[in-house]
Amino acid sequence: MVYLTRKCEFSASHYYHNPEFTEEENRRVFGKCANLNGHGHNYTLEVTVKGEVDRKTGFVVDLKELKDILNREVVDALDHRHLNKEVPEFANQVPTTENLAIVIWNRLDNHLRRAKLHRVRVYELPDLFVDFYGEA
Amino acid sequence: MKAHLTRRYIFSASHRLHSDELTDEQNLAVYGKCNNPHGHGHNYALEVTISGQVNPATGMVCNLSNLDETVHDEILNRFDHVNLNLCAEFNAGVPTTENLSALIFDILKRTFNSAHLEKVRIEETAMNSFEYSGT
Repeated sequence: MVYLTRKCEFSASHYYHNPEFTEEENRRVFGKCANLNGHGHNYTLEVTVKGEVDRKTGFVVDLKELKDILNREVVDALDHRHLNKEVPEFANQVPTTENLAIVIWNRLDNHLRRAKLHRVRVYELPDLFVDFYGEA
Repeated sequence: MKAHLTRRYIFSASHRLHSDELTDEQNLAVYGKCNNPHGHGHNYALEVTISGQVNPATGMVCNLSNLDETVHDEILNRFDHVNLNLCAEFNAGVPTTENLSALIFDILKRTFNSAHLEKVRIEETAMNSFEYSGT
């Protein structure tokens, strides 16, 4: 089994707000992130896939295929977007880095022909990242 | 859904690697430059990984400010800008980054209760890093 990781970047804006919370609760739980005018990040995404190395090609995954899927499913959908307003998954959930990792996993899973998705790592900042392994 | 969250912190400290159980000659052979009598320092980068179910109401595994507060109070206040050899925690042990990782893991295990502590990882330099998960 070999693991391959591909990295890409996207920039997006968001805010944290749960309509079921009072304004005071939103402010207490989410702090500065609750500002409804939003703010932005340069996100770094690392996608790790795993599989056996194909004897004929020496590949775990066709990197071009992975790149195309990443661009189509993630970068085109999220880059230079407002996550709350433009990404349907966040119509009813808070676009935290935890949820973003899960959303990206769901967008990528089942698209790969050979390799299996192993981990989605999303850096919101160089000192803060979330890993999702598809665990329930 | 279970997610892992990692937060990175920086602290600076000095240390000298020297074991009372070894002769001076053995200490020098084992620890090399790290055994120099007056010690030396590092900028340590500490990564703390926690895990848990993502709370549907908040979208969070735990509130980051809880983790920051515990790490500041229990780890950074204790180890930033100090000589590790003089810390009570190292009275009986050598302040290698292996021992420091295990110590920090144990302190956080005791003091941080908002999510499951998965792992502590410390970069002593850009070239060396150490991980401890409690076993």
